[in-house]
Amino acid sequence: MTSHGQREISFLEAIREALLQEMRKDGTVFLIGEDIGRFGGVFGVTKGLQKEFPDRVLETPISESAFVGCAIGAAIAGMRPVVELMFADFVGVAMDQVINQAAKLRYISGGQITIPLVIRMPFGVGMRFAAQHSQTLYSIFTHIPGLKVVVPSTPYDAKGLLIEAIRDNNPVLYFEHKMLYGLKGNAPEDEYIIPFGKATVIEEGADVTAVSCALMLHRTMEAVKKLKKERVSVEVIDLRTLVPMDKATVLESVRKTGRLVIIDEDTPRCSIADYIASFVADEAFGYLDSPIKRIQPPSTPVSYSPVLEDLYLPTSETISKVIKSLC
Amino acid sequence: MITPEKLLEELGKEKLIRIYSTMVRIRCFEEECEKQFTVGKIHGMLHVCLGEEAIFTGACETLRKDDYTIGTHRNHGLIIARGADPRYMMSEMFGKKSGYNKGKGGDMHITPHGLGVICSTAIVGSGIPIALGAALSSKMKGTDRVTVCFFGDGATNQGTFHESLNLASVYNLPIIFVIKNSQFAVSTPITMTAKLKRLSKRAVSYDILGITVDGNDVLRVFEVVREAVERARNTRGPTLIECISYNRQNPKKYDVEIRDWEKIYGDPIDKFEKRLLKSSILTSSQVEEIKRSVVEEMERAVRFAEESPWPDVEEAFKDVFA
Repeated sequence: MTSHGQREISFLEAIREALLQEMRKDGTVFLIGEDIGRFGGVFGVTKGLQKEFPDRVLETPISESAFVGCAIGAAIAGMRPVVELMFADFVGVAMDQVINQAAKLRYISGGQITIPLVIRMPFGVGMRFAAQHSQTLYSIFTHIPGLKVVVPSTPYDAKGLLIEAIRDNNPVLYFEHKMLYGLKGNAPEDEYIIPFGKATVIEEGADVTAVSCALMLHRTMEAVKKLKKERVSVEVIDLRTLVPMDKATVLESVRKTGRLVIIDEDTPRCSIADYIASFVADEAFGYLDSPIKRIQPPSTPVSYSPVLEDLYLPTSETISKVIKSLC
Repeated sequence: MITPEKLLEELGKEKLIRIYSTMVRIRCFEEECEKQFTVGKIHGMLHVCLGEEAIFTGACETLRKDDYTIGTHRNHGLIIARGADPRYMMSEMFGKKSGYNKGKGGDMHITPHGLGVICSTAIVGSGIPIALGAALSSKMKGTDRVTVCFFGDGATNQGTFHESLNLASVYNLPIIFVIKNSQFAVSTPITMTAKLKRLSKRAVSYDILGITVDGNDVLRVFEVVREAVERARNTRGPTLIECISYNRQNPKKYDVEIRDWEKIYGDPIDKFEKRLLKSSILTSSQVEEIKRSVVEEMERAVRFAEESPWPDVEEAFKDVFA
């Protein structure tokens, strides 16, 4: 992995720092969501921000439709709102505002309306939160034209992608994995952006291309380290953004390795993994030496019991087994 | 409440004639749309504001040019009341390149954004939260621009209505919610879907002011909305205003009911016209002149739309993202 300086911060701190720096820089940036003020949000991401910006960190009633819609209206009227949904799962309550309003009003208006909106959504499995507080859901939104979908995997990317999201003039759904909040990594203190649509090759390899993001990317890296010892060389791609999708980086890698594994936390039917498999089959069919493999959870809700929840996500052992089976 | 005579005097001839002309323009635009829909020049669906002219006109007359408004899929009246050009409206109705939305919105979405129209959204109740955001932006920027949010009686049974009234109240937003109570949500009478006789009473739950007015009386609508706008501009919070009216398009299937409504409420334009004639603000020849020139304006709009080119094919791929 490339070095990003000496300073180490957590994934959560990286998100907070991006919010803080953008709020200091641009008076139109404001935060809105449940319990994000005095309490700092249920995961503590916005802790302390209301102290510096008492009028720009807005706590809301439990009314997701109202405050997501309110953010859309404020964005149309020239503000840059950043919404925090307490859990990605709660987007279901505000679905009309996201898929019918945020995604479409610009198009409908013939380009007159601009909606610079960010919706932050903590997602993912691992905290024993059961089926309505553990979903991934990003694939659903990649299906809707007009929405950008961002999934950071490291503190460095979390900060750079969030700053880019806030400055972007479109609705951006920013998915942050709950199990990564504590992850430490290097990230510069100064502001920087990571452009959308640029995946990163975090490990070069020759035998298999592994495409992933968020928590599953880290499990993939565990598997890849073990496989190295067995002389299996895996090229690992961190997608960073799902919309726009960096097809070129994925295709280039598959043309080199001839094999593709997609490791994804979202449930399998009509998922982002399916999309990646389909465009690779379309555009690099002749380069493939084996079937494309998708490693994903089953098509079931997430269970509560530790025994059952732990079964849900693919483990690094599963990932390494599948990769080995291709070679 | 001031007497109509006093209000007439206060408004003055020029404004009164403007209000009357705007109502006639809405009526005439919508009648033209019905004609063009029948001959297939307007595609898809048609949602007209026939019978609701007084609500849009009276409410918008109280606004400054820089104030925000947001309507619904039944929006033509609002847009005309905000000063839109019927030529670009009709072009949009026809799906032509010269339409306000470049032909990408149509009947339900005409959006002259530069005239303070935030957006025109067609999912019932969905514009109410968006209106909050416009109002919030005024508050955060420290301006005194107000937002007027229009929706039908049907929207008052959506969760967004209740969530938004509550949030507007809690944030003390400069916003006016206007219910166009047309008595019907498509075919379903409001009496079947709400027990309350006065929908403005729903304001009580959110500790904001709620008022019901005769939505076919343009002067009453003006007076009540003006007061609410004044309150909002001076940071005294939101108001819910129910304007009782009827929309001629939906209840057509229910002849008995429409005759009843007409008997009870009268036609908003006829009512105002009679008052202006009686007060000698207009003569009957002036009335004829206004109507004639509006009819011509709409005929010009249709010609303009007909002669406008279709959108370029590439247009389909533009404006997905900024």
